[in-house]
Amino acid sequence: MSDINTAMIEKYRSSFLKEVEANVEEGEWVKMCMQCGVCSGSCPLGKHWEHPPQEIFMMIRAGKREDVLSSDSMWMCTSCYNCIARCPRGLPITHIMHGLAVYSKRLGLTPKKQPTADFSQIFWDNLMKKGRVNELKLGLSMYFKDGFGQGIKNAMANQKLGQNMMKAKRMNAMEIFGGHSVKDLSGFQKIIKKAQEIEEGNVKDFK
Amino acid sequence: MTEVIATNETILVVGGGISGMTAALEAAETGKQVVLVEKRPYVGGRVTQLYKYFPKLCFPTCGLEINQRRAKMNPNLNIISMAEVTDIKGEAGNYTATVKISPRYVNENCTACGDCGKAVEAEFDDEYNYGMGKRKGAYLPHRMAHPQRYILDPAIIGTDDAQKAKDACKVNAIDLDMQEEVIEFKAGAVVWATGWRPYDANKIQPYGYDRIANVITSVEFERMADPNGPTGGKLTRPSDGKEVQSVAFIQCAGSRDKNHLLHCSRICCMASLKQATYPADDVPITIYYIDIRAIDRFEEFYQKVKAKENVKFIKSKVASIVENKENGNPTLHGVDTEGYNRYADEHDLVVLAVGMEPSVDKASFPVEITINEEGFIEPAPENGGVFAAGCSSDALDVNRAVQHATGAALRAIQVVNRVAATEG
Repeated sequence: MSDINTAMIEKYRSSFLKEVEANVEEGEWVKMCMQCGVCSGSCPLGKHWEHPPQEIFMMIRAGKREDVLSSDSMWMCTSCYNCIARCPRGLPITHIMHGLAVYSKRLGLTPKKQPTADFSQIFWDNLMKKGRVNELKLGLSMYFKDGFGQGIKNAMANQKLGQNMMKAKRMNAMEIFGGHSVKDLSGFQKIIKKAQEIEEGNVKDFK
Repeated sequence: MTEVIATNETILVVGGGISGMTAALEAAETGKQVVLVEKRPYVGGRVTQLYKYFPKLCFPTCGLEINQRRAKMNPNLNIISMAEVTDIKGEAGNYTATVKISPRYVNENCTACGDCGKAVEAEFDDEYNYGMGKRKGAYLPHRMAHPQRYILDPAIIGTDDAQKAKDACKVNAIDLDMQEEVIEFKAGAVVWATGWRPYDANKIQPYGYDRIANVITSVEFERMADPNGPTGGKLTRPSDGKEVQSVAFIQCAGSRDKNHLLHCSRICCMASLKQATYPADDVPITIYYIDIRAIDRFEEFYQKVKAKENVKFIKSKVASIVENKENGNPTLHGVDTEGYNRYADEHDLVVLAVGMEPSVDKASFPVEITINEEGFIEPAPENGGVFAAGCSSDALDVNRAVQHATGAALRAIQVVNRVAATEG
């Protein structure tokens, strides 16, 4: 490519686009979007999104850092992969959405009370304790995340489901006392810690 | 038996569409011997199925008539119709071509009077009209068909219909004993002009071409607009035959899409802009597009259509089409790019501006040739004396295909001139 072309490309790569390319999983694909809109139209939850994917990509290129990273849009993705299947340019849109969610979480810009973000945090904390997901505790944490009163209401509403799961041996009431863990719990926690260190080390500073 | 007199100084043209005809005529008119092999029973190819040309909105029949007249008058040009090249061996200046000729069951005596067509009863889907409408088992493919000669559908051979056709013929033109022939002849150079075919709209699953009656392709819409077409020039809905009250065009239906055709088919933007002028001025028309590619001097035509009050442009690739079961209207779903508005628009008729793909599959070329990722022929030195013309080389409009074919003819002439120089 000629120097002038390279210069023009650089001119239109906003600093936020560069940040996304460096720090967001699959972020280097964002510049490939041709704004056809097939992803937004194909998304089954699309109408609940603040900004559909195609708009998110445009906002990234326009350098709207705060608006993108504090948006709840990427948290709405259910990984149905409709967008990836249909994107004419082959952008891994689902993965980019998850990448953006992870990055906004890392920077602490996730909108408050975002249900998917809340669930993810509860799931992660639960998993880290024993190296396994304790389903009983996970369920209870979800029921009570919005306060004690709401928790009781949620538990009552799902009473039948819980009982059936116990009957079918899909859930064990004894798990409430600690619960069982993976064989080498401290080893597991070390692995995760190391992985987190490596990830942290790869994040480039943009602010 | 079909006789072909050919030498190493003969040019073989494969495909008799607008590009093949152009290359063949240009070469023949310089005095070269040319054999044109055409798969269909007539020359002119897909251009014969067009109602109007863009941007002048004139009729392709006009240029077709001139070309057919040139062909009839030129003793250097030998047209073999209903024939396919199955093999080409050798190298530049010395090729041997194998050609399979399907039986037409009608000989040169035919005056195209039409008596056989009236006599037979069986009807078939009319391929000339992309399966819209029917034709008889003895038929003339279209009014201007060259050669102007009837054909018997092979499916009626051995039935009463075949005998009825034979009995009806006053000039003894029907020969029910005609057999498939395989012939071989020499050629010094080959012009490969096998053209294009519309991308199979059934493969674009979310658009429901296979399940929604009122979703049609641009080539079908073109046939509908033709007064000689299946609807007599009326733009009607396939579901109920009512004249359309609103039309939507969907651009890039299969083009510029890694799930379908990688390339931009180049003609579809202009084709839809042209087709937007077909309905009456009070019929609302909506064109859904990614970006309008009305290349170079066509920009003026785009502006002209844009200025029409009944034509609206929505910048969006439609995500899916769902049928309204009550009235048969296709409902288009998507999000536009100018404002990110979610829409669910109902239209009477939806036209998919389908892309162009090469009509010969990568694997079925009977000659060694360099093909690119999209299936088009690359101008590579390894191709020897085989030169692509028109849409076998790229997605081109008629104007560019003709220019390209003229260039290919010159290349072929250079090869046979070299042969003449060494042999003479």
